[in-house]
Amino acid sequence: MRLLIGAFLALLIAAATGLGTTWLALTRGTTFGAITIGAWTAWPKTGTADIDPYARAAIARSGELPIGSGDGIAFHARRDDAGYALDGRCETLLRGVTPAARFWTLTLYDPEGRPVANSASRYGFTSQEITRFSDGSFQIVVAPRARPGNWLPSGGADRYVLVLRLYDTPVGAATRIGREAPMPSITRGACP
Amino acid sequence: MIRGLLWVLGGIVLGGIVHLATVLLLPGTATRDAYDRLLPIAPVNSIAQLPAPTPEKAMLPFMDPAFSADVCRYDLSNGPLKLTTPVSQAYTSVSFYTRYGVAYYAINDRAAGRRVIELDLMTTEQHNQMPEEEDVTAADRLIVDSPTPTGLIVIRALAPEPGLMPAAQSVLAKAQCRVQAQ
Repeated sequence: MRLLIGAFLALLIAAATGLGTTWLALTRGTTFGAITIGAWTAWPKTGTADIDPYARAAIARSGELPIGSGDGIAFHARRDDAGYALDGRCETLLRGVTPAARFWTLTLYDPEGRPVANSASRYGFTSQEITRFSDGSFQIVVAPRARPGNWLPSGGADRYVLVLRLYDTPVGAATRIGREAPMPSITRGACP
Repeated sequence: MIRGLLWVLGGIVLGGIVHLATVLLLPGTATRDAYDRLLPIAPVNSIAQLPAPTPEKAMLPFMDPAFSADVCRYDLSNGPLKLTTPVSQAYTSVSFYTRYGVAYYAINDRAAGRRVIELDLMTTEQHNQMPEEEDVTAADRLIVDSPTPTGLIVIRALAPEPGLMPAAQSVLAKAQCRVQAQ
């Protein structure tokens, strides 16, 4: 009887820890081969045949087609520089420059990867649409209501993800953090 | 007491095995991966336009709305595939994915170096069976080896501003993907 209870307990623990850690790894994302610059994180290996088993399982589950490394690289940001989760009810400022690339796009998604509905039907910017300061840097305001300059509507979604994609860029797995790849800062502005 | 601890420890070790097994087996058993999601719109070995992602309906998560995209769902069991696409003014890329969504090869217009990107896609066996002299004369042919007999090719053309989207779409409308005549 004690043997049976013991075996049952062990199997229960095995199922809970095994499936629990799998679920956590696939929904939270893993850190294998990630490059983090400020609030931005990219997984350059995910766009190659060397993709790790966790990322492989995560894309099978989400249905995403990751950007190939010969095409470009995608940096995701879910939090600002101070560590606050990006909140669509607040004003958030992106300021600075991007690493060398022929083109880049910045897109705002809900946490499931869908564009966020807004009255302006604007889901992002490309590097050609943006207005810049005379030194080449730019500022983008993510806010629920219209702002002057580069306004990216957040649609009032309480959580969102910013994805900065660099196309035809030298940035990749061999990139060292810092001067080689300057990413825009993300700071929180007014919050209701 | 000690025996109880041993059971718990055994359970945790078994949990680790369950974890590794589920992670490794998941890609083969997932039913909502990109390939399955595209089945209803993408006929085999021909080009289909991927609808632009909107808040109401996005075929795949995290698609870039600044791009017009075409998909070719390929099956190499009837022979190698030929893919040709003109390039747009701004930026065009071709990405190859296995049946399970692994991006094993991608090339952009500048790397391809001409006004039309031309690629031959085949399995490793088909590549090995190619007559050797053909391999030499076709030195400037781009040959891509697919690790799986089926998979996806995604052709993307950038619209640097929304007004240029129709131009990007009309470029991709001329893309072709078909089984090579034997």
